Amino acid sequence: MSDTPLAPLQFRSAIAEPRAARWALIGIVVLGLGVLLFAPLIAVFAEALTRGWAAALASLGNRDARAAIKLTLTIAAISVPLNAAFGIAAAWFITKFDFRGKAFLITLIDLPFSVSPVVAGLCIVLMFGANSALGGWLVASGYPVVFALPGIVLATVFVTFPFVARELIPVMVEQGRAEEEAALTLGASGARTFLTVTLPNIRWALLYGVLLCNARAMGEFGAVAVVSGKIRGQTASIPITIEMLYNEYLSVAAFSLAALLAMLGLITLLLKTILELRHADQIAATYHH
Amino acid sequence: MHIEIDEISKAFGTTAALHPVSLSIPSGALVALLGPSGSGKTTLLRILGGLEFPSSGRVLFDGHDATGLSVQERRAGFVFQSYALFRHMTVFENIAYGLRARPRALRPTRAEITRRVTKLLDLIQLPDIGPRYPSQLSGGQRQRVALARALAIEPRMLLLDEPFGALDAKVRKELRSGLREIHDETGLTTVFVTHDQDEAMELADFVVVMSMGRIEQIGKPQDIRARPATAFVREFISG
Repeated sequence: MSDTPLAPLQFRSAIAEPRAARWALIGIVVLGLGVLLFAPLIAVFAEALTRGWAAALASLGNRDARAAIKLTLTIAAISVPLNAAFGIAAAWFITKFDFRGKAFLITLIDLPFSVSPVVAGLCIVLMFGANSALGGWLVASGYPVVFALPGIVLATVFVTFPFVARELIPVMVEQGRAEEEAALTLGASGARTFLTVTLPNIRWALLYGVLLCNARAMGEFGAVAVVSGKIRGQTASIPITIEMLYNEYLSVAAFSLAALLAMLGLITLLLKTILELRHADQIAATYHH
Repeated sequence: MHIEIDEISKAFGTTAALHPVSLSIPSGALVALLGPSGSGKTTLLRILGGLEFPSSGRVLFDGHDATGLSVQERRAGFVFQSYALFRHMTVFENIAYGLRARPRALRPTRAEITRRVTKLLDLIQLPDIGPRYPSQLSGGQRQRVALARALAIEPRMLLLDEPFGALDAKVRKELRSGLREIHDETGLTTVFVTHDQDEAMELADFVVVMSMGRIEQIGKPQDIRARPATAFVREFISG
């Protein structure tokens, strides 16, 4: 049987593709990333700086731009903590308890992903606008919702609702209920169990969810455009102001604000990466037992 | 502590996990609940620990009705199947958890907590692993830490759910005698759940054979071997 000489052994990994296929795939990814992600980002910054740093910074110091920045930060500061709390509560409820209609509730949490933000904005206008009974009463009482901060926050909370819950649910499902049950058998109260066992175990997923939620809250356009009324200097957030400036051919001002918004997003991602690098061991320990 | 299970039943929705079962566990006994999966043994253990509540029937601890006691009030040392160690805490913090969770008036001092945790680490023969995290331990070490954590609260009874299930054969043998020694040393009434008949027969004073939510036979290991009460028991212990 051993008459035929054996072909020299070639060591090849079972999961590796031929060299040409590898380079082709890598090339497609790099090209795609370049055209869709990096080039536009660079273009935004380049466009903002066509008349130099001074002009770009001056356009950011403008009264309306400052108001827009302040409004956007206010929106994020209110809606992100609200959604963090909602998200934790929803994920906790869904993953630690058994009840009928769980699948329906999960679908409901995802609703903002599937509903167009414009529709969400219109719903809020219909509910709280001056023409509705509730809205009329609110305006009469001096607390207008539509065309004011409360409406903008409501719209943002709706659109960013799934981010925290969506990050937490898979992690909490994987971690199960055993650690919480162990804490209870050791005499810990429900609140203590939540604070000392549940919360530390989900802290990285929570942070990631909060960062994503924050990025989206600052960048939300559609829903806010409908409910804000686009009152310059009052209800125009950064994305709304960018659109208005762009439509008025003020491209340096528009792109400077756009660059600022992009920067806020990039800083968010940078923060996340730094935290991940610094706490890699702990993240590994809490995700895989 | 004497445990009396009086006509306990449990239904999840429309499926009955336990038909009414009664069982008397004398103080200080080491008892195995033996049966295949789905026999209701884990449900019964969780009812004793207060993690599930029965659909009907009563649990009595030393003659007092304990059916309505919350999981915290039961003071049952519970060892979970996959140990459920707190993964973000060190071994020391894991074992100290139950002591630190006590109301302020009953909480031991910091020095006392350290003393007790050290003593428990000695008891499980792992004196040096206090600063480590659960992910840095072997399966056998985790199991022993889970046991120490359960013992730290000075429990009234010890409940173990498949304590050796996730371990290889050699470690299993060692830990079996380890559990026996700890039981004999503490004198705690101990109930453990297993599907492994050798484990039940070798370790327990009494074996409770369960199937389909019913108790098939209760007896000393040698009696069950010599005189299986039902066809199921005969088949299960020969298999």
